[in-house]
Amino acid sequence: MPEGVAESAAGRWRRRSLDLLGRNLSVVVLALLCLISSAATWREQNPITSRSGAAVARQVLEACQAPCSVLVVARDTEGDRVFVQAIEQGLDAAGARIAGRVFGQPRDVRLELERVAGAGGSLDAIATHRIASEWGPVRTAGTPVFAPRSYHWPTFLTARNLLNVVNQNADIAIIALGMTLVILTAGIDLSVGSLLALAGVIAAVAAQEWFGGAAASPAGLLAAMLLGVAAAALGGLLSGTMVTAFRVPPFVATLGLMMLARGLALILAVGHQRRLVGGGAEGTPEAVRVDAAAFAWLGNGAVLGVPNPIVLMLVLFVAAHLLMTRTMFGRYVYAVGGNVEAARLSGAPVTAVLLAVYCLCGAFAGLAGIVDASRFEGGRPNAGELYELQVIAAVVVGGASLAGGRGRIAGTLIGAMIIAVIQNGLNIAGVASYEQKVVFGALILAAVLLDRLQPRLRRSRRKSL
Amino acid sequence: MLELQRISKGYPGVDALRAVSLAVGAGEVLGLVGENGAGKSTLIRIVSGAERPDGGRIELDGRAAAFASPADARQRGIAVIHQELSLVPQLSVRENLFLGAGWSRRGIVRRRWEEREARRLLRLLEMDIDPGARCSELSLGARQAVEIAKALALEPRLLILDEPTAALSPREARALLRQVRELARRGAAAIYISHRLEEIEAVADRVAVLRDGELVRSIDRRESAGGDDGLAPLDRDRLIETMVGRALSAEFPPRLPGAIGETRLEVRGLSAGRRVRDVSFDIRRGEVLGLAGLVGAGRTDVARMIFGAAAPDRGEVRLDGRRLELRSPRQAIRNGICLLPEDRRGDGLVLSRSARDNFALPNLDRFRRWRALVDRRREGRAFSRWREQLDIRLARPGQRVATLSGGNQQKVVIARWLERGAKVVLCDEPTRGIDVGARYEIYEWIRRMAAEGKAVLLISSELEEVLGMSDRVLVMHDGRVRGEIPEPANADPAGVLRTAAGIGLSEAPSVA
Repeated sequence: MPEGVAESAAGRWRRRSLDLLGRNLSVVVLALLCLISSAATWREQNPITSRSGAAVARQVLEACQAPCSVLVVARDTEGDRVFVQAIEQGLDAAGARIAGRVFGQPRDVRLELERVAGAGGSLDAIATHRIASEWGPVRTAGTPVFAPRSYHWPTFLTARNLLNVVNQNADIAIIALGMTLVILTAGIDLSVGSLLALAGVIAAVAAQEWFGGAAASPAGLLAAMLLGVAAAALGGLLSGTMVTAFRVPPFVATLGLMMLARGLALILAVGHQRRLVGGGAEGTPEAVRVDAAAFAWLGNGAVLGVPNPIVLMLVLFVAAHLLMTRTMFGRYVYAVGGNVEAARLSGAPVTAVLLAVYCLCGAFAGLAGIVDASRFEGGRPNAGELYELQVIAAVVVGGASLAGGRGRIAGTLIGAMIIAVIQNGLNIAGVASYEQKVVFGALILAAVLLDRLQPRLRRSRRKSL
Repeated sequence: MLELQRISKGYPGVDALRAVSLAVGAGEVLGLVGENGAGKSTLIRIVSGAERPDGGRIELDGRAAAFASPADARQRGIAVIHQELSLVPQLSVRENLFLGAGWSRRGIVRRRWEEREARRLLRLLEMDIDPGARCSELSLGARQAVEIAKALALEPRLLILDEPTAALSPREARALLRQVRELARRGAAAIYISHRLEEIEAVADRVAVLRDGELVRSIDRRESAGGDDGLAPLDRDRLIETMVGRALSAEFPPRLPGAIGETRLEVRGLSAGRRVRDVSFDIRRGEVLGLAGLVGAGRTDVARMIFGAAAPDRGEVRLDGRRLELRSPRQAIRNGICLLPEDRRGDGLVLSRSARDNFALPNLDRFRRWRALVDRRREGRAFSRWREQLDIRLARPGQRVATLSGGNQQKVVIARWLERGAKVVLCDEPTRGIDVGARYEIYEWIRRMAAEGKAVLLISSELEEVLGMSDRVLVMHDGRVRGEIPEPANADPAGVLRTAAGIGLSEAPSVA
């Protein structure tokens, strides 16, 4: 019965692909989202970069024989200067003459044209970019205008946008790591947003008041940052103690810590302001500014063109992945989350594991707080509000089960990216932040629903076999 | 009124019920007896709508009835008093009594009426309980009484009582029996399940005996009494023989050669509340000590205390002469004590993880590299070695343990302790829910572990198993060791059951 065999083979193939889809659902969703974002941002691209500058130079040289004199027009921005520099390098190399250059507005172009004409020079070409080529004086100059050819490409899929998306969400992703551990043990940590703020403020205050302020050495700044992380880790340890020693539900224990840490961050910031102003002046909960320039490196610097927060995030993800898959600790976390009683009766150090998990979650939140403070060059006591919800959303969307025991670090990375991409897509599409909230709420519900439905789907599939 | 026709129910590897036909009429009390695992609880679950039979017919008042759920059965007048309590501890007695019973008028609770009714019900049971008290503050016996009152409040047509007196004082138990008779006099039917044969004798019009899922005997005491008002006395000894049934057969592997050595585990005066009272025993190297008794006799508590999973009030445990601190399972495992828990899925395995991970969980320190890393190669090698030896059937080592059969799951648990090389093995119902083939293999491994010089404690509610596998058996009743059987192979199972049920305890503590 060849027909029956063929059918079962097809059935098996379908089941396998379904299985594969189920296991990598979040990857598929992320890919789909990227596709949608790309399609929705399919735009005419007019990049103003050194590459497009060089291209313009080549166009000019093709059109007129050297020596030809060229007017270069651009706006007065940093990006435009890079662009102009590339044009001039290209022209210089071919021996063309730069008759003049404009960094400014249409009015400046007219003046420059008049100056060149007054000097009796002829003009063979104007080299500029798409935006300036639309300016009145440029169009009516009577000289051939060269600008980079525009092309179509999704704005979403440009290196700059992608790096930007990831960079902006690196802190969320870092916290989501710690949250994954906590959720794997069937817990929850609501205090991460506040711990982020507390760590940032402590690091900033320490850098300003103890480690020399503007004159702080790199070692001093590092110590200040570590102090912030340590404080957040201590906070996590506190909720871990509440959960293990006193059997307080994690939701309640971390809710308390959430308010406690936020309050502490505000008190510290206000106290710092008061000391700054001096006397009995009222302090305000403003950000604690850090004067040392090196403090901003972590949040704003880059390694090989990749922003530091992304580098840190990737390093931490790899470390966490190894921790969860290769070490005894990782095994214990999964066991404790999957079945506490079985884990205990199998000799797993349940209390120590839970303490470590909450402590680590606090430390990750603290690290994110340092990144945040560095990015804004100061500790903001109001930073990270409602982060806990975004972070939990990222973990859940990444496939971890709130019932514990199931979930992967890689899944959380993807979950965080899904959230980031949706946010970015909605921003580019011009969706207001209120409507974004609705989208995110629906997304979380969908992810949790999927988590609930999966066993049922699997069961029905087995039954049908 | 209720008639069961050829009801069958199977679980993977076990036939819990085989074509059981039973009937109970209005005004009649049916006593249901049988060993642990004879199928009584399954039968009750089917009658109360908690489970559906694989085959057979249920008739209520002559019409076919299929109960979709316990609520459905309750609506048709069938009330069950469970062994496990189903009260909400935070609510008051009164609130619990009328919970879900719909005693309200247009959504508004009739407090005054409830109060009165609650007092009346509790008075019937001769219980001195304040209807306003919170259930969490009551003693176990009082809670059991509330549970019974709750069922009576429904004025059921059929009342099912599953070991209702386990937690009651003798006076309360007598009051309950009177109430059951009273209910029957008013035309209701009752099914009464108990290990306590004297209660069955006091209350049942007819007695049905279940064994291995089959109805083996049915006694109508009214008939044999010749239609009088009074009931014929029950021949309890014969009843017990019927329950135990056949003599021990050779379903157990032979003892492996190897002498029983010096004392390995000493347990002295272990006590915990009312559940375990002053339990002492020794297990020697290479010895399998059986622990027989009814469910709730305290056997599991003893094992858990030796394993450090529960704290005793008093008592001590020595291993090879050295006193152990009974602080945590982790410590017990380090000392070479291991436990095959009764509830494999709940206490033994992390179902969401793979068979290999579960195998490795207590052995991670043995596969350690650089202090904290797991050497996955060594782990995999060890697992495949035991997998082969124990013949664990797996598609792949990473297969989730939840998808394995009961026998294979138990073998994973055994494999982990074999790798560990334990000195003392505590087996709590090691073959529960396991099919016959795998059962024999597990027996072989118990033999082999003993032959290696380990001390084995075998807890089993199946008399045959505990008598057939052990070198010596202790019988527990009500938290105490009530008898010792030095030669279990030649023991009289009925006598053991009698001791376990607490019959004739005043006469002689030993049954051998």
